[in-house]
Amino acid sequence: MNWILDNLDLMLELTLQHIRLSLPPIILGFLISVPLGWVAYRFQLTRGFLLTVAGLLYTIPSLALFVILPPILGISFLSEINITIALTIYAVAILTRSVADALGSVDPAVRDCATAMGYGPWRRFWTVEFPLAGPVTLAGLRVAAVSTVSLVTVGILIGVQSLGYLFTNGLQRRILVEVFAGVVLVVLVALLIDALLAMAGRRLMPWAPRPRSSRRLALRGSAAPE
Amino acid sequence: MNLLSEAIDWLFAAERLSGSSPVPLRIGEHLLYTFVAVLVAAVIAVPLGYLIGHTGRGRELAVGLSGAARALPSFGLIILLVLLVGVVRAPLAAVISFVILAIPSILAGAYAGFEAVDRRTIDAARAIGMTEWQILWKVEVPLGLPLLISGLRSAVLQVVATVTLAAYVGLGGLGLYIIAGLALRQFDQMLGAALLIAALALVLDALFAGLERVVVPAGVSVGRKGFRPTSNRRRAVMETSIESGRG
Repeated sequence: MNWILDNLDLMLELTLQHIRLSLPPIILGFLISVPLGWVAYRFQLTRGFLLTVAGLLYTIPSLALFVILPPILGISFLSEINITIALTIYAVAILTRSVADALGSVDPAVRDCATAMGYGPWRRFWTVEFPLAGPVTLAGLRVAAVSTVSLVTVGILIGVQSLGYLFTNGLQRRILVEVFAGVVLVVLVALLIDALLAMAGRRLMPWAPRPRSSRRLALRGSAAPE
Repeated sequence: MNLLSEAIDWLFAAERLSGSSPVPLRIGEHLLYTFVAVLVAAVIAVPLGYLIGHTGRGRELAVGLSGAARALPSFGLIILLVLLVGVVRAPLAAVISFVILAIPSILAGAYAGFEAVDRRTIDAARAIGMTEWQILWKVEVPLGLPLLISGLRSAVLQVVATVTLAAYVGLGGLGLYIIAGLALRQFDQMLGAALLIAALALVLDALFAGLERVVVPAGVSVGRKGFRPTSNRRRAVMETSIESGRG
């Protein structure tokens, strides 16, 4: 317990550093995967290719990716940008599929209605399809965000400071409380970002289905004449 | 880049087979830890997932658990357990952490597989006089198998990634080359091992992708897309939730 009280400053500093490292991959991942997901959704030919590549990239273990990327990109092994790019790749890998699925989940009748009302492809995408695809996209974004926050810790192995420092330092000094504090802080940061995304989703997308009992939803699903 | 050819040289050097740390041994360790952990996790998670899927009870708990587990940093969990169980028993601690990390995906795969079965199919099975036990084994388990395999696939990949990190606490496996290489600045060894780890993960992924196709029961047209139990939107959310983080 004493360790925690003595090291509040360190914990705060590492938490802020951790958040600073987590946000760029989440934001960049989202921005990149919206057009990619659209391409995957819109063109059957690219769909298989894009989603397969995304799946394969997502398969590569993080520590291996941190080592493989620098020589390819010509950057230093120990640089922060290495972590940012690797984690952005993971976020894109998760989100491209989400965006493609989300656009696919939009009711075709609604899309046809928009077309019939004279919406061009661009306006239809931004004002009808993308907003309706929002809830499913958000579900993917939350998964990507939480896994990004947890993966940032691996960066400590190649020397990038984050809450992961509490793990390696705690092991070296055999301080259980330090490692435990690290795990708890990472989970808290993940839950905080997740909650913020969920809140933003409710604010920005009042049309999203409210969370309700899953069984009722399943029953409604099977009763629908779809 | 020269480093890449150096890494290839490192991979195919004669010492990789005969030296003090031969590659086949490390691959074997990596696979063994993965296999044991996923097996133990499956023994725990599959019956539990089936129970949740069949009865429909406890689903919120399972969803919450999977969500929380995704936030858990795998590297931190290993070190936490090593300090808890004792540094001398690091392999045991590491395997426990692999099991903890593998359970959520398998659990999600098991119950999602059951949930994806069209309620009308189950009603039909009941109507022709099947007992609950028969419904379970002859309807729900076969139809849910592809999603269960998909859950196992996520779990295997998660554990392969986490075994890599466990080299830091003295566990063997392919991650050892990277951890050792970092300390000595041997970039050829690090890159060679990283390529090997990536290849291992991709091969396992392909293996399970194939298995997912094979287990689709005859008569079910295109597997998951064949039956339409829930709305597209809901299925998309569900499938997203099966994917879990990497270690």
